[in-house]
Amino acid sequence: MEILSLLLDGFAVAFEPLNLALIVFGCAVGLFIGAMPGLGSVNGVAILLPMTFLVPPTGAIIFLAAIYYGAMYGGAISSIMLGIPGASTAVATTFDGRPMAMKGDADKALIAAATASFVGGTISVILFTTIAPPLADVALTFGAPEIFALMLMAFATFVGLGGDDIPKTLFSIFIGLVFGAVGLDIVSGEPRLIIGGIPGFFHGINFLVLAIGIYGIAEMLWTIEVSKGDVMISQASVSVKRTLATMKELVGTWKTMVMGSVLGYFVGILPAAGATPGALMAYGIAKTGAKDPSSYGKGNINGVVAPESANNAASTGSMLPMLTLGIPGSPTTAILLGGMVIWGLEPGPMLFIEHKEFVWGLIASLYAANLFALVINIAFIPAFIWVLKLPFTILAPVIFILCVVGGFVPTMDMHDVWLMLVFGVVGYLMRKLDYPMAPAVLAIVLGPLAEPALRQSLLISSGSFSIFFTRPFASAIIVTAIILILLPVLKIIYEKIKKPAAA
Amino acid sequence: MRNFGTKILSLSVALGLGLGFAAAPVDSAQAWEPKKPVEFVVMAGKGGGADKAVRFIQSIIAKNKMSSKPFSPVNKPGGSGAEALIHVKNASDPDHTLMFTLNSFYTTPLRQPSLKVNIETFTPVGRMAEDTFLLWVNKDSGIKNVDQFVKAAKAAGNKWIMAGTGKNSEDNILTDFLNKAYGLNMKYVPYKGGGRVAKELAGNNANSTVNNPSEQLGFYQAGKTVPLAAFTPTRLPLFKDAPTFKEIGKDFVYFMQRTVVGAPGMSKGAAAYYQGLFKKVFNSKEWQGYMKKKSLQGEFLTGDALMKYWLVQREVQRGMLKKMGAIK
Repeated sequence: MEILSLLLDGFAVAFEPLNLALIVFGCAVGLFIGAMPGLGSVNGVAILLPMTFLVPPTGAIIFLAAIYYGAMYGGAISSIMLGIPGASTAVATTFDGRPMAMKGDADKALIAAATASFVGGTISVILFTTIAPPLADVALTFGAPEIFALMLMAFATFVGLGGDDIPKTLFSIFIGLVFGAVGLDIVSGEPRLIIGGIPGFFHGINFLVLAIGIYGIAEMLWTIEVSKGDVMISQASVSVKRTLATMKELVGTWKTMVMGSVLGYFVGILPAAGATPGALMAYGIAKTGAKDPSSYGKGNINGVVAPESANNAASTGSMLPMLTLGIPGSPTTAILLGGMVIWGLEPGPMLFIEHKEFVWGLIASLYAANLFALVINIAFIPAFIWVLKLPFTILAPVIFILCVVGGFVPTMDMHDVWLMLVFGVVGYLMRKLDYPMAPAVLAIVLGPLAEPALRQSLLISSGSFSIFFTRPFASAIIVTAIILILLPVLKIIYEKIKKPAAA
Repeated sequence: MRNFGTKILSLSVALGLGLGFAAAPVDSAQAWEPKKPVEFVVMAGKGGGADKAVRFIQSIIAKNKMSSKPFSPVNKPGGSGAEALIHVKNASDPDHTLMFTLNSFYTTPLRQPSLKVNIETFTPVGRMAEDTFLLWVNKDSGIKNVDQFVKAAKAAGNKWIMAGTGKNSEDNILTDFLNKAYGLNMKYVPYKGGGRVAKELAGNNANSTVNNPSEQLGFYQAGKTVPLAAFTPTRLPLFKDAPTFKEIGKDFVYFMQRTVVGAPGMSKGAAAYYQGLFKKVFNSKEWQGYMKKKSLQGEFLTGDALMKYWLVQREVQRGMLKKMGAIK
């Protein structure tokens, strides 16, 4: 109960007038930054860090946490409305959020995203409050074998993602892995796949470049082709009645929300992972476990709920290694870490002991930020819907500009813009040939995490794969991963046996 | 995602946040000042000693309003610093590109001539400190001194895992020294950044490390890890119980530079500006306090003196790498 009283003290801190104002302002700023393609919480926190020297340290971190949370909400908006991931964490939200918007259910998707984000935030704060300190020790024992096992599980959840054409799915995964391998090898330091000796490849292929190319440019080209120059207006509306109906539908997705939240929280805790793999894994698991996996990718509300609950939960989770180990779980927490050092709060195992009021003030403010982001987000939905009602002849150039900006901003390198345009054209052609694109995006995110972990593990074990089966956490995760890989195969066999019997 | 900090200008304009970064017309008679945010490249991953120092320096500059434009740290840990070196070498705007370097500033170009990086072309801005190294083990191992360490590592043979920050990095050089000096066969496993390395030891996923004090300090204070001996000429005030290797009969001293380097082709005016700025940072009470707290040593070096120091250090490192067999 000591923790509970600490949390209540934390709320007292969060609800001081200045801090409350910072939370509301931070949420609103974060929401808009998150909604801009290519800009995520990282950018918001980085820009506004110097401003925080104007307020006391606790207020400063509260403000940054509010931006962080607001951006997590905002990322979903452009994923749904324009089909361009607003932030890396919202890539998985495009898979079903965009089809929902195309069907005229944009308001539903937005409400689902906001609600799921809220639930994810709530559950993760509860988990943080109840089991944070012991979990920090668990996160500490996670070594390379455990991280590889987890990444394998993430791949496993995506086996069924590409639909029925398994060779095409495998092709998509492998091309993603190859793109993920471009750059400098972490273990040996040697350059790899520097295509044509172009220096831009030394920093690797930023996965947002691939995602924006595929989901922004290719999608736009596709829509232009399908509409054949007709002025196309998406059907979209928003009303209290529809909102209530959506809420009812969302109650039915509670299992997905809980799964996404818990999974996201745990993945977020791991220093190597973060919100993006967490959201992708949640989507994969929701689909694998669904009764109607074929409806995913075509506008299933669960496909929005799973990644959105997971990415918010992960953002709380990634605070844990940052606060207790001094190791940021995400790029954004890395910047928060920098801020804390100058405010005289040294993150590390001693922080929970020496600066309790700061830690719990932060957690409580995360929670308050969660609430305000929900309210602000829902209030803005009619404005977002208005965007969709624009004729496509106006929307297409806007999307194009946003894509180019989104491709340029993360690295400030024109190389990435050209690369994104190439990916856009190739992605459009692949779509015409019916290749699934989501597995490639997944592979470029997870490949660079999985590969060093695999190699470090095998170095430790002198090349023996037994290392993955002799450690308790690693073996449990790896066995789950293998079962997940086999599941779709078993399903196919089961259906094949059943069919002749029924006929 | 990884270059989060560099787009402050475009962002504030795009979003209309009105943070006031509009470029003012510069009077040519005035001293040079940055016209846009300065990209501050870190040659290492997040959470390591270099990264922590850069973020601290950035905060000192921002807090004391030493620069009219912000400094944006950008981590480029790939390939033992090769990614950072290439990036800075090819910087499109050398007047606004700085790099915070380690010893991989010498070793990586020596090992990879194909990168075509010549450190003599870089602009010497300021050596902020020399970082120290210690040999660390997890407290659970029960090991209390170097003798016990040698005994345990000998018994484990190549099952003894030494975690470090990259192939042929500073950590690798020290591991190699220990292996040779004590007849050990420890296995070196590279991770991304000293923060990760420290965590691997605290989580018992490695048997020993040669972390900098700043990287292990948190775990040390929490009673999770123990320093056995220091690679310094005299004992470190923070870890009085850990003898130096010199005291126990192996005369080996190794420092790591913490130096701010400007991109090749930086204008004279810009170089003078940054040299003055980092001297101010070095003399600030925050940095002096940080040095004391993190067991950092060394005086401020800049200009020709710093270039001379680089050239001497490069030869020292070349000798070590040759001994290791990493280069011919």
